[in-house]
Amino acid sequence: MKENPYQPWLATIEDVREEVGGKRPIKTFKLKFQDKNVQNNFTFLPGQCAMVSLLGMGECFFAISSSPTKKGYIEVSVMKLGKVTTALHESETGDVVGVRGPYGNYFDVEGWKGKNLVFIGGGIGQAPLRSLINYIVDNRKNYGKLDVIYGARSSKDLSYKQEFDELEKRKDVNVHLSIDVEEDGWKKFVGFVPDNLLKVKPSPNNSIAITCGPPIMIKFVIQNLEKLGYTEDQIFTTLEMRMKCGIGKCGRCNIGNLYVCKDGPVFSYKQLKNIYGER
Amino acid sequence: MDKMILLKDDLSKFITELLKKNKVFAPIQSDDTILFDQITRPSEMNLDFCKSEIPPKNLLFHQTETLFKFTPGTKAKIESVDVDEKKVIFGIRPCDAKSIAILDHAFKGDYEDPYFLSRRDNTALVGLSCNKPEINCFCTSFDDSPASSKYVDILLTDIGDKYYVEMNNEKGKQLTEGMSNLFKHAKESDAKKKKEVEKKAVDMISRHQKTNGIVEKLDKIFENPFWKEVAFKCVGCGTCTYLCPTCHCFDIQDESTLTKGARVRVWDTCMNPEYTLQASGYNPRPARTNRVKNRIYHKYNYYPKNFDVIACVGCGRCIDLCPVNIDIIDVVTRAGEVKA
Repeated sequence: MKENPYQPWLATIEDVREEVGGKRPIKTFKLKFQDKNVQNNFTFLPGQCAMVSLLGMGECFFAISSSPTKKGYIEVSVMKLGKVTTALHESETGDVVGVRGPYGNYFDVEGWKGKNLVFIGGGIGQAPLRSLINYIVDNRKNYGKLDVIYGARSSKDLSYKQEFDELEKRKDVNVHLSIDVEEDGWKKFVGFVPDNLLKVKPSPNNSIAITCGPPIMIKFVIQNLEKLGYTEDQIFTTLEMRMKCGIGKCGRCNIGNLYVCKDGPVFSYKQLKNIYGER
Repeated sequence: MDKMILLKDDLSKFITELLKKNKVFAPIQSDDTILFDQITRPSEMNLDFCKSEIPPKNLLFHQTETLFKFTPGTKAKIESVDVDEKKVIFGIRPCDAKSIAILDHAFKGDYEDPYFLSRRDNTALVGLSCNKPEINCFCTSFDDSPASSKYVDILLTDIGDKYYVEMNNEKGKQLTEGMSNLFKHAKESDAKKKKEVEKKAVDMISRHQKTNGIVEKLDKIFENPFWKEVAFKCVGCGTCTYLCPTCHCFDIQDESTLTKGARVRVWDTCMNPEYTLQASGYNPRPARTNRVKNRIYHKYNYYPKNFDVIACVGCGRCIDLCPVNIDIIDVVTRAGEVKA
């Protein structure tokens, strides 16, 4: 039989890190392929995705949240919501998962060299941005000014806390965190992410803005970016849909004639404005 | 391309010869339904039909199929399944054969689907021209004919007391190797007779869909209230998609016990709200209007944009069997007339 894109490689969970607790918990899973050759050949760029499955429970499509500059493993950050993600949250170090990919397109990290980058993330939407931010930071000299704007409902809902602590210490990255509702001891911005964006006011000159988060957040972030003078080809986002195959065949993740899994998940606002279809 | 003649009395011998080396699938009567299934004797076939109620698509794209088997748990293992098997589909209509050529586009591409494509490579299509198109047949709307040989390896046309046989390619020739005693070279008069039979069948097709400029037109009317009216009577049963020879959407599910399992692919339908429902509760296609529109757009706009072919062959099954009489000939023709 021909080569089989549906058949995953086995990977072992090397580490499970709890990012967020509570009702909508998020965990980051560090996965290492069992076959060394597979691990070495699994090359990807920020923005790309993988199908991760628990054999017996099913598969889900996740953005790879680790940076390709970190070799020897991949990470996915998962919010506990449905059947597969709930089962994944019950998994432990040493458990085995299936992984196939990498799938989809990626952020244009080559084309963006020399540009100022603004990252605007909300909630679990930070997962694909984390891969990109860490990649950019590991190749810091190739890029201009970096602004990382990230917010969640409360301080407890902020992911990647340790990494943000590290980023905040750096002088060549500007971090702007926010929470939606006031809390004792929180000295940073209180309010929605799009409002924090207006307060930070990153200049559109020679800049690219990349946003990911809940659809309602993305909508207002784009409005505010336009207010700040960003044009539609300076704004990028990464989308998700319900998916089954990840390779443009099962039919359900389409927006118009494009499949988010294969033709996306990274789209410029210019592209999105010109395709119609439910999203 | 060789043109031959097969006497009607020799059809059984031809099938018997095919059965010696191949699994043969042919139209059979199962209760009130004509469908394609494996036969072991020529007499099991029923060739007295226009279209099988169930298209033969499922012989290449199984309604349910195991993608691979596995052992769950920390000692996980994955075991491939083999799908290579030689097969002949006998009696496939030109419209259904075209649907397989249309499906090729979806299953090829950047990622090749090994299940469909392996079966496709190992399957020979012996077509049978359609001499008596029915009321909802409209294959001619897509510049095709009920006696088109384009999409099969061999085409048989009933021209009275014999079949006119068009050997289309090497695959067809190989299939009939060693059967030269059954086939005689066709005469000019036989070719003429086929043309007459074909014309008669074409003339019997009374319904036509206007597809001129439909791709561009649909680009302009996505938000038009027309779609709400079209979808108003839809009950969302999905019959249209399950019986469509070009629908190819599927679901993937794991079926497992604690010690062994399989990842299984099953046909799915975009008429079902769960099809696009996300774990967060958000659904990009929450209303039947969205879903009915998706079916039409997938066939008449998205597929042509991606693969340069309309994903409808005009078999009319979705019209024949829709419980509320949604009529794709009418819907698409009217869409073309809507003011953008």
